[in-house]
Amino acid sequence: MEYKNLVEINQERCKGCGLCINACPKKVLGFSEGYNAKGYHPSEVQRPEDCIGCGFCYRMCPDVCITVKTLAK
Amino acid sequence: MPYIDKMKGPHALSGKEFTYCPGCHHGIIHRLVAEVIDELGIEGQTMMVAPVGCSVFAYEFFNVDGTVAAHGRAPAVATGIKRAMPDKVVFTYQGDGDLAAIGTAEIIHAANRGEKLTSIFVNNAIYGMTGGQMAPTTLVGMKTTTSPYGRKIENEGQPIHVAEVIKELRGVAYLERTKVDTPQDVIKTKAAIKKAFMAQINGLGFGMVEILSTCPTNWGLSPVESLKWLEENMVPEFPLGVFVDKVGDAK
Amino acid sequence: MAEKVMAKGTEAIAEAAVRAGCRLYFGYPITPQSELTEYMARRMPEKDINGVFLQAESEVAAVNMIYGAGCTGHRVMTSTSSPGFSLMQEGMSYIAGAELPSVFVNVVRGGPGLGDIQPGQCDYFQATKGGGHGDYRLVVYGPESLQEAVELTFKSFDIADKYRTPVLILADGLLGQMMEPVEFPEFNDPKSFADHSGWAMRGTDMKRKPNLVSSFNIDPNGLEEMNHRYQEKYRKIVENEQMFEEYMTEDADYIIVAYGTMGRIAKSVAKEAREKGIKTGVFRPITLWPFPYEPLAKLADKSKMFFAVEMSAGQMVEDVRLAVNGKKPVEFYGRTGGIVPTPNEILSKFMELI
Ligand SMILES: Cc1ncc(C[n+]2csc(CCOP(=O)(O)OP(=O)(O)O)c2C)c(N)n1
Ligand code: SF4
Ligand code: SF4
Ligand code: SF4
Repeated sequence: MEYKNLVEINQERCKGCGLCINACPKKVLGFSEGYNAKGYHPSEVQRPEDCIGCGFCYRMCPDVCITVKTLAK
Repeated sequence: MPYIDKMKGPHALSGKEFTYCPGCHHGIIHRLVAEVIDELGIEGQTMMVAPVGCSVFAYEFFNVDGTVAAHGRAPAVATGIKRAMPDKVVFTYQGDGDLAAIGTAEIIHAANRGEKLTSIFVNNAIYGMTGGQMAPTTLVGMKTTTSPYGRKIENEGQPIHVAEVIKELRGVAYLERTKVDTPQDVIKTKAAIKKAFMAQINGLGFGMVEILSTCPTNWGLSPVESLKWLEENMVPEFPLGVFVDKVGDAK
Repeated sequence: MAEKVMAKGTEAIAEAAVRAGCRLYFGYPITPQSELTEYMARRMPEKDINGVFLQAESEVAAVNMIYGAGCTGHRVMTSTSSPGFSLMQEGMSYIAGAELPSVFVNVVRGGPGLGDIQPGQCDYFQATKGGGHGDYRLVVYGPESLQEAVELTFKSFDIADKYRTPVLILADGLLGQMMEPVEFPEFNDPKSFADHSGWAMRGTDMKRKPNLVSSFNIDPNGLEEMNHRYQEKYRKIVENEQMFEEYMTEDADYIIVAYGTMGRIAKSVAKEAREKGIKTGVFRPITLWPFPYEPLAKLADKSKMFFAVEMSAGQMVEDVRLAVNGKKPVEFYGRTGGIVPTPNEILSKFMELI
């Protein structure tokens, strides 16, 4: 399934602060169950189909873990 | 897949992982400064001065020449760099202990001289690096490790309003107080940082942005709770807004 | 060398710095060296010089401006007097740690505290043993005359560049205020200066990795490595840069040890002693760090007594004792409070001792 917007999270860099999850207006993101090497539950994309590509998650991430992509026309 | 990047980490960051605690706003502010450097195309001409504080490593996080000053002295160090290399872009990055306590003289005089510098001032109302002691910007009644019964006006006075002090100095060309606790505020802060850089690039004078910021670790709150605390406690004490703007709006 | 001109101490030092290629001066007024600051204020903006003069808000700011300008690898200087130099110590330590070429002048006055504004040599410990925190050294020159002050100031910039180190001219108020004929060196050619582009902050131009300049290393092993580098550099300086003068020491039974303007006074004392038939010489350290221990130690084999004379309660005398190492007695005479001992006074003390 190809979505219009795509959010990629560098989960090894993520510190599990949750600011992206808190900022997402569409509840696309959530904490993953597993741990990363740093011992955090990193953020993950849970409902990619709802992503509107607003970039709020990117803007709020203090650790530059997020890339927002969009389908080329 | 034919996806294109819409938003990704700026080139002006070195890529090194930040040393900050989870949810600390230092990281957001670093990224914004780097985005501005990218957008202005000044990476090769920019030099930075890191402070002593949690952001002591900041000079390793940017893709620009950098150094770290003695505690509070970044504006004097930046003055030395800028006077030696007037064609370059120089900025300091400082916390509230660094800028508003030990380094008060240096920031005031750099601003007053109209040094063509930009200072990014992170006000998190506490000393982060040394473990949560009282800052000059700590709120009245706020408990810290050195104000364990809460800051008292009779003993420590009231929080210093840095932007309101700096705005009186004639050398200032851009001065704004912002916050980065919502995506909208992040956008506004980036615009403010850009103008604070334009102030020196256009030779107008000193530019500064005071950014209200969280310290979840020493506030004893989660990163998300910290956002709320900042809104409810810091914003009423430190009003947001533009104090000086000689830069004007770009066409 | 050009013809001799009459010059005032502090101004001669300033002009020597300009000729050495210093184009950035940051300072804060303090007696008895304000004329140096004022000279730079006039000289730097002149068309042929086109340098930077900035009066800082304090010596704390001044030393940090030196740090900043030093980060760019350009020739930079400040000057002050005792209380101001105390304020600069944190910055000196950072500058030594970040290995920034820079030149300092301390025109020493009577202390401690506010003291007075008369000549002193009471900052010797601070200058030579590290006034700030951490294991670092400054190259310290103690000129006896204006001509020597001019030459050493000129040389300081090359030494600062060569070793990436701060260099200090330790002058006393007497030297600062004296008028003497001096010959100034020709202007240095900036093309001959050391190439600092490999480490200095000048912008990457997107052509290289960032140059990071600092004294900071959170990793103890990394910091120890940096300390080893500093110590290796100091070892080279000790090996190559010691300077001293021996005056009538060949056959001397007695050696007066003195530096700076006291060295000059000591020479006239030695002459008078010789007129009385007492074989006396003078050993005058010119580099106070590195202190010329070995040349002085050699004299301990042939002479009977050492007599250190200072405008202090006794600071350099400790280095004399280290050098002589118990082989011969080391006596001391000093005045404090900014009082310059007269040759007669020194001579009568000397006659008492022998
Ligand atoms: C001369 C000196 N005094 C004290 C310190 C210790 N110190 C390091 S950081 C700091 C406070 C930093 O607080 P702030 O500027 O608010 O930055 P933050 O850590 O909150 O980002 C202090 C007191 C020091 N390094 N140097
Ligand atoms: S881009 Fe917007 S909608 Fe998509 S995950 Fe990020 S915050 Fe949510
Ligand atoms: S904001 Fe960044 S660091 Fe925080 S949870 Fe999201 S991706 Fe991780
Ligand atoms: S202590 Fe506070 S200011 Fe420092 S990194 Fe942690 S959260 Fe940020």
